[in-house]
Amino acid sequence: MTAQIIMANLDGDKTWSLDSYHKRGGYEALKKVLREKISAQQIIAEVKKSDLRGRGGAGFPTGLKWSFMPYQFPIDKYLVCNSDEGEPGTFKDRDILRYNPHILIEGMAIASYTLGVKTAYNYIHGEVWDCYQRMEEAIAEARTAGYIGKNVLGSDFSFELHNHFGHGAYIVGEETAMLESLEGKKGQPRFKPPFPASFGLYGKPTTVNNTETLSNIPYIALHGGEKFLALGKPNNGGTKIFSVSGHVCKPGNYEVSLGTPFSALLEMAGGMRAGRKLKACIPGGSSMPVLPADVMMNTNMDYDSIAKAGSALGSGAVIIMDDSVCMVRALERLSYFYFEESCGQCTPCREGTGWLYRVVHRIEHGEGRAEDLDLLLSVADNIQGHTICALGEAAALPVKSFVKHFRDEFQHHIDHKSCMVPSSL
Amino acid sequence: MLSQNALSKIDHEISKYPSGRKQSAVMAALRIAQEERGWLSTEIMDEIATYLEIPSIAVYEVASFYNMYNTAPVGKYKISICTNLPCALTGANKVAQHLKKKLGVGFKETTTDGKFTLQEGECFGACGDAPVFLVNDKRMCSFMTIELVDKILGELE
Ligand SMILES: Cc1cc2nc3c(=O)[nH]c(=O)nc-3n(C[C@H](O)[C@H](O)[C@H](O)COP(=O)(O)O)c2cc1C
Ligand code: SF4
Ligand code: FES
Repeated sequence: MTAQIIMANLDGDKTWSLDSYHKRGGYEALKKVLREKISAQQIIAEVKKSDLRGRGGAGFPTGLKWSFMPYQFPIDKYLVCNSDEGEPGTFKDRDILRYNPHILIEGMAIASYTLGVKTAYNYIHGEVWDCYQRMEEAIAEARTAGYIGKNVLGSDFSFELHNHFGHGAYIVGEETAMLESLEGKKGQPRFKPPFPASFGLYGKPTTVNNTETLSNIPYIALHGGEKFLALGKPNNGGTKIFSVSGHVCKPGNYEVSLGTPFSALLEMAGGMRAGRKLKACIPGGSSMPVLPADVMMNTNMDYDSIAKAGSALGSGAVIIMDDSVCMVRALERLSYFYFEESCGQCTPCREGTGWLYRVVHRIEHGEGRAEDLDLLLSVADNIQGHTICALGEAAALPVKSFVKHFRDEFQHHIDHKSCMVPSSL
Repeated sequence: MLSQNALSKIDHEISKYPSGRKQSAVMAALRIAQEERGWLSTEIMDEIATYLEIPSIAVYEVASFYNMYNTAPVGKYKISICTNLPCALTGANKVAQHLKKKLGVGFKETTTDGKFTLQEGECFGACGDAPVFLVNDKRMCSFMTIELVDKILGELE
């Protein structure tokens, strides 16, 4: 099924304008919610029914997350939208922000109404200035039209929405680091518990959701959870935007039903470059395990299927590598990234990511030692499960999966001090 | 001293946060100062600290934590090229090589005429347009090839 929710009808002129969003049926969901005074419990029940899972990486059920908020209590609470898209391979939120900003605003308005939030923030990745400007304009438009501010559309619901612009730190994508950053501090993750739903921004109950997650809310509020669920499959409701990058003919964002076969997605992205074969794919952003071609070709694109295949859907970033890629070199670059972006708070992550990078680097450069593969795996083991946040996990998983599936290439580098493939990187 | 224009932009950012939470505007204040000054000297950071009524150290910490703040002078044009895996798969390293050769500098270096600083960056969230680089933090240059690099460099006065 090729249903679309967020990217539907986005081929027109100035699709980001309020006018264009109205023509696509925009803000009808918010109007309905306010007109019919739909209760928070009802909306949360619909979101639960929809089987919408967080699109930011962890895939946590959104309805369940919302039910953790003390939404019925009249205390300060916050909603934070995570538009700090920095997971290598992921570029879907950028397109939501620049081509369909009002769908996010409407989703955040409904979420704020539901969760009893008076102030919401949208934290935007520092490298996409045009998206920040576009969101600032969209918020101004929405405020003028009465969708943001005091007594939204004449109802007794009031809420404010502001953009916060990041400045280049991958770790701030982690939700508690994001809260620190919003408070004007270094973006270092907090210990959990307490979870943001009880102690979040400025110590107040806070919900953090990804841009794409929130952009699905208007559809669910308007059409109901069941209809959303039916676009995907049980436990994997709705559609998903997959960012396809690397060695395909048409890299880009493709919104498809969850459960779509990988082979169909690959075809939509133009297939492999002429004369080249699929070698490997990271199906959920660089932090997830890599899978070899034959496994991918038999996998469907949904949370459960990809987990069963041995990886994770993550952020929906599909990195495609063909047979010209040296897997040692590919892993070297990823390991450098985690080393560079570790915030340094936990010793296993700070030291371990450095070790991983240096060992892969020496294998790639013909200085690998016989014991290096075991060393890599043991360093990865020592990071996993011993850190404050999931960046440690994210650094370890690629290493383990690359060595597991492409061990012969690593071994060849160590034994022959040379590469099996003509690397194009 | 920051200009009146910069201060009023900072005031706008402060207004986004609850009263007593001026510190939340520190990232924006640093960005606005960098837009005006090119880089963040200690004096400017101290001025921001005073303006936001927070200790100077709190400002220094933020400026050094986030990659896009220039805590030392940079060239007129700062070029940050993404070399992360998705960009590398589509030729980012060749483009980076070309930039280095053409400008005669390595990463984290500035040309002797002070015109260009070259940097390596991590994923910009634009991998569908790979390879990409950013000019002065704001201008995203997409689908870079050797020819396009030459054209863009030629246009930067
Ligand atoms: C190192 C790290 C980086 C992350 N980066 C992002 C990101 O760029 N965008 C995002 O939405 N979530 C990111 N996350 C996940 C967030 O912590 C959080 O789970 C998510 O924003 C929740 O929203 P969701 O439930 O709607 O997915 C990251 C997590 C970690 C550990
Ligand atoms: S796991 Fe790494 S990135 Fe996360 S808090 Fe610890 S040191 Fe920082
Ligand atoms: S890897 Fe270069 S923009 Fe994402």
